[in-house]
Amino acid sequence: MLQTASAAAAVDPMAIRRFTVGRIRRETRDTVTLELHPVDGLGLPFAPGQFTMLYPFGAGEVPISISGDAARPETLVHTVRAVGAATRAICALRPGEMLGVRGPFGRGWPVVEAEGSDVLVAAGGIGLAPLRPALYALLAGRERYGSITLLYGARTPTDLLYTRELERWRGRFDLDVEVTVDRGDGGWHGNVGVVTRLMDRARFDPAHTVALMCGPEIMMRFTVRELERVGVTDDRVYLSMERNMRCGVGLCGHCQFGSRFVCLDGPVFRYDEVRPAIGIQEL
Amino acid sequence: MMSTDPMTLELAGQPFLRGLSPSHLAELAACATVISFPAGQHIFREGDPAASFFILRRGRVALQLDVPGRGVTTIQTVGEGDVLGWSWLFPPYRWQFDATAMDLTRAVALDADCLRRTMEADHELGYLLMRRFAQTISDRLQATRLQMLDVYGHASNR
Repeated sequence: MLQTASAAAAVDPMAIRRFTVGRIRRETRDTVTLELHPVDGLGLPFAPGQFTMLYPFGAGEVPISISGDAARPETLVHTVRAVGAATRAICALRPGEMLGVRGPFGRGWPVVEAEGSDVLVAAGGIGLAPLRPALYALLAGRERYGSITLLYGARTPTDLLYTRELERWRGRFDLDVEVTVDRGDGGWHGNVGVVTRLMDRARFDPAHTVALMCGPEIMMRFTVRELERVGVTDDRVYLSMERNMRCGVGLCGHCQFGSRFVCLDGPVFRYDEVRPAIGIQEL
Repeated sequence: MMSTDPMTLELAGQPFLRGLSPSHLAELAACATVISFPAGQHIFREGDPAASFFILRRGRVALQLDVPGRGVTTIQTVGEGDVLGWSWLFPPYRWQFDATAMDLTRAVALDADCLRRTMEADHELGYLLMRRFAQTISDRLQATRLQMLDVYGHASNR
């Protein structure tokens, strides 16, 4: 039976565990997916939607959502976009090199609460990464849900994540997948336009739908409006927020969002919990 | 009483026309035909007279512009249940984009002259249709604004 480190993490969230980089997959020009293996041999159990603090030694620490399968805690999977010093260092890692990991932290997607409902998953850009574990969990328990729909938007076709997996998902009879890009190219035969325009093509019962979304905040704001228009109420909409997480346990205050801490109370929030704060500039 | 005319029934099933009375649907049916386009066929071209308005029943259509130095660029795609084209509503009644069928596409085509005459003769129907077009144009404008923001361009690690 697999041993896990959940008890250790619960005792000391500040403890850094060492992981070795395994397989690396280049997703886009600036984004890679890393498989990480714990040096101590203990798995890292997590709930879909949780994040870890990744520490490329000497380059700082950064919060990154887990993008792997919660049913396989022996391999920690992260999809990382090179946008700053720490993430550039992570993206430059090679197989066999070492990375520090704290966590997992935060509140994840309501995959259990969504049982019995239709589920609409809306992702924008790299926002598909935190949603992928939720999709794995939904598909693993497929019979417990109504319709499952993934709406995914990206900037261009070359910015799409997990393209092979998207193809596989599109081939399933029990999952509707719609993909769109803001700008097509000559070889692109899919949809062009923003992700909100896909909403009308999705088949779900608004009164019995749970929506999960992650992406740029402005995309999520517009998606919420579309969901309201079709009749999905705020208390059935969940979104993953991004703020400047540092400690991961609600001590340092860097990720404070109104009366909440994103690292502790989130990163996944029900929309009616954060609606008053979401439109406040600089919050 | 609901008509049994096949075209009236066809129009009654279109989301864009949902809620119109049977008599209004019958007026529109007099302007309508069903039309198909194989994949790759141009439905209309920029600058050509805008002689029809389309409600897509199946397939997808790319709205395109030929941009010097970049070639044919797809601005947006529309699909089943969407409406295609409103250049017929306003002078000079010429298409402002190219439209190309991406897949086998079937649509209800409404003749623009017939539609304008019908809307002039029946202002109630004209108003109901204009409200629907205004909503569609507003939705597309919002979507285009969002598209222009390039929201994914500066995202960090979501």
